[in-house]
Amino acid sequence: MKIMSRLKLFIPLICFLILAVFLYRGLELDPQELPSAMVDRSLPEFSLPQLSVQTIDISRADVVGSASLFNVWATWCIACRVEHPYLHKLKQLGVIIYGINYKDNKADALQWLEQRGDPYRLTIADVEGSLGLDLGVYGAPETYLVDSLGVIRYRHVGIVDERVWTSILQPQYQQLLDAESESLEEDTKL
Amino acid sequence: MIPELGNMALALAVCIAVAQSVLPLWGSFVGSRQLMRLGYPLALAMFVFVSIAMVCLAHAFLTDDFSVAIVAAGSNSLLPTVYKFSALWGGHEGSMLLWIWILALWTLAVALFSSELPLDVLARVLSVMAMIAVGFLLFSLLTSNPFARLLPVFPAEGKDLNPLLQDPGLVIHPPMLYIGYVGFSVAFAFAIAALIGGRMDVTWARWSRPWTNLAWGFLTMGIMLGSWWAYYELGWGGWWFWDPVENASFMPWLAGTALIHSLAVTEKRGLFKSWTLLLAIFAFSLSLLGTFLVRSGVLTSVHAFATDPSRGIFILIFLGLVVGGSLTLYAFRAPSVKSSIGFHWLSRETFLLINNAIFLAATLTVLVGTLFPLIMDSLGQGKYSVGAPYFNAVFVPLMALLVPFMGIGPTARWKKDRAQRWKLLLVPVAAALLMGLLFPLLYSEVYHPLVAVAVILALWLVFSLLTDIKEKTGNAANLWAGLSRRTPSYYGMVLAHLGFAVTLLGVCLSSHYSIERDVKMMPGESYQLAKLNFNFNGTRRVNGPNFVADEGEFEISEGGSSYILLPQKRRYKSQMGSVMTEAAISSGIFRHVYVALGEPLEDGAWAVRLYYKPFVSWIWYGAVFMAAGALMTVFDRRYRKLKA
Repeated sequence: MKIMSRLKLFIPLICFLILAVFLYRGLELDPQELPSAMVDRSLPEFSLPQLSVQTIDISRADVVGSASLFNVWATWCIACRVEHPYLHKLKQLGVIIYGINYKDNKADALQWLEQRGDPYRLTIADVEGSLGLDLGVYGAPETYLVDSLGVIRYRHVGIVDERVWTSILQPQYQQLLDAESESLEEDTKL
Repeated sequence: MIPELGNMALALAVCIAVAQSVLPLWGSFVGSRQLMRLGYPLALAMFVFVSIAMVCLAHAFLTDDFSVAIVAAGSNSLLPTVYKFSALWGGHEGSMLLWIWILALWTLAVALFSSELPLDVLARVLSVMAMIAVGFLLFSLLTSNPFARLLPVFPAEGKDLNPLLQDPGLVIHPPMLYIGYVGFSVAFAFAIAALIGGRMDVTWARWSRPWTNLAWGFLTMGIMLGSWWAYYELGWGGWWFWDPVENASFMPWLAGTALIHSLAVTEKRGLFKSWTLLLAIFAFSLSLLGTFLVRSGVLTSVHAFATDPSRGIFILIFLGLVVGGSLTLYAFRAPSVKSSIGFHWLSRETFLLINNAIFLAATLTVLVGTLFPLIMDSLGQGKYSVGAPYFNAVFVPLMALLVPFMGIGPTARWKKDRAQRWKLLLVPVAAALLMGLLFPLLYSEVYHPLVAVAVILALWLVFSLLTDIKEKTGNAANLWAGLSRRTPSYYGMVLAHLGFAVTLLGVCLSSHYSIERDVKMMPGESYQLAKLNFNFNGTRRVNGPNFVADEGEFEISEGGSSYILLPQKRRYKSQMGSVMTEAAISSGIFRHVYVALGEPLEDGAWAVRLYYKPFVSWIWYGAVFMAAGALMTVFDRRYRKLKA
């Protein structure tokens, strides 16, 4: 009996040791980095209504053609509010951004765009989250870099801001643009 | 030159802390009074040297010495002076130095105000606190030196303090929070000293009680200031986001709440000894864990401005030594024998036990919710994010369960009580039920049953406290004589419990009755929201010290009176035009009117956020009551006659 009650006092220590193992493993994981199963895969096929004009359905072919960003956002996502002004800046720089309005209320989303401005070339209304499921969206905001052939080249989880853009996305985006113009030149030569 | 001086002072502080953690402790084993007496001078020396480091760093910030890396990263010559000063703890390195300075301050305070303590106990307590200081000083010097220079080429201008942090709330929020966090190290040190010395009688509980209450009070204030800051500065009117960083400060608070109640039982009745020791270790460990989570980059958070995994390794090792070490000590030394003193199930002990169970459950809820994404990720189960729905779903019922017992607890007697005695609580129950059920009916057209529940619970708490005061002063000759016989501890408890009721009302009423509208407004347009009329008079350009702003003018008529609110949209020059929403709030006891400018739209129109938030300030008033109550208990004369 005495030994049993003494052993009980070790329980907190054991719990902590287990926790410490997880904390240690957590250090090696980058919370921003996600399994990128979709990277270098083609953008999935879909057919979903456009947010602003509900009667028009958009499919993959409508949004593929030049290097662009696909930004997953929602009005319920607080971080998206922080990110939004920067998207306007990217639009001004001439970056093509498509919006994927993820699991959201259409009216709220339209009001959001009306109030905060619309940086997107067009926005896909993914109310059920089916496109998000195909893409493997983890949460909003998320941004995918897609090349002119519709292949996903990079996926960023979290807010796109000045730092993320200049250090991560912009170099890759520039590569895609360069590749595009090269292939254009080749085409004209032919 | 001066930053090098600061660096040297920190290095000396490490040496002193090492001496402090070894010599008095050694002295307590070999019985050398000389060695044990070193505790106080060493605590003083340590405080002096850490203070020198603080002054040197403050000097670098105030004189815009951009050759110091953290000044260049977190300050700017245009920054107003008060923010230059608070920029000191705006970044990681500076806030770690603040942590250390506050630890040195607590250590000195313990050394100063514990002359009644047996010398060996004091020596051990000071040594344990110094061990923690060694860890943090080394962490600061090795992985995040605040005095690191950008030489030979340093920038002519600093990058500026994050605009979010340029706010009066952020001047005092981190120091308050850290005083609370670090203050639990005192209870921890007392517990460890008791475990080392093998003296786990009730005296250690009595010694550590005022310190623990003080730390808890500061932590309450710190959390409250953080929540208030988020409310008006982040610009979307929320006051709690269950963000990992908020949780990091909330977990020690919850565990600390359990601890201060459990200490009461241990002091008064000599019960729950092992449990209280464990809670003391637990509360401080959660403070350390919070530091780890915030500083290591293990979790993503809107608060995490700079993170670095190499620091994470250091803190994890330190965490392992402190927590693992103290829990090992606990496992071997804690009294395992069941206490011979029993108590009846109808007694104050039972109610305090319920308090402990609920607060422990709440702590674990928050802990699991905060660490769940990390654990699932480590197990390769994919990425998860745990948000407010989980926390609210578990936390709210727990707190609702707490309140009924909170009303009975203070009235109940120690050891054994008779249920018949509680007939006197029938009146408060009836009054609370009646008024609570009526309140939503009278307040608005829509009947929210949850509001009724919250009002019943809050009023039950208030009325039962009043009944208790009446009961406890009933035998005195007159009311005043009865009131003055109660101790500051008692009034502190009453005030803190009242504060809980006030916060509860604030949370529930503001979340049910708030009206929030995002509207588009042209200058000259007006908008009707409940009984308020908002008239938008247009915007003008305003120049601040380090920003330019569009300032909107809103005239609000409410009942017969009207007033002007001036929300701003700021663009900070140094931050490549980063934009900040500065909400304008008209705050009253019963309601806040909140106006924030959104985005400018075409033709001079603006997206505008208009909020009407009744009772929202009660959330923070309640917290102030709780903190004030905790501080009041410290003045109880009982704690000054410490001779056991």
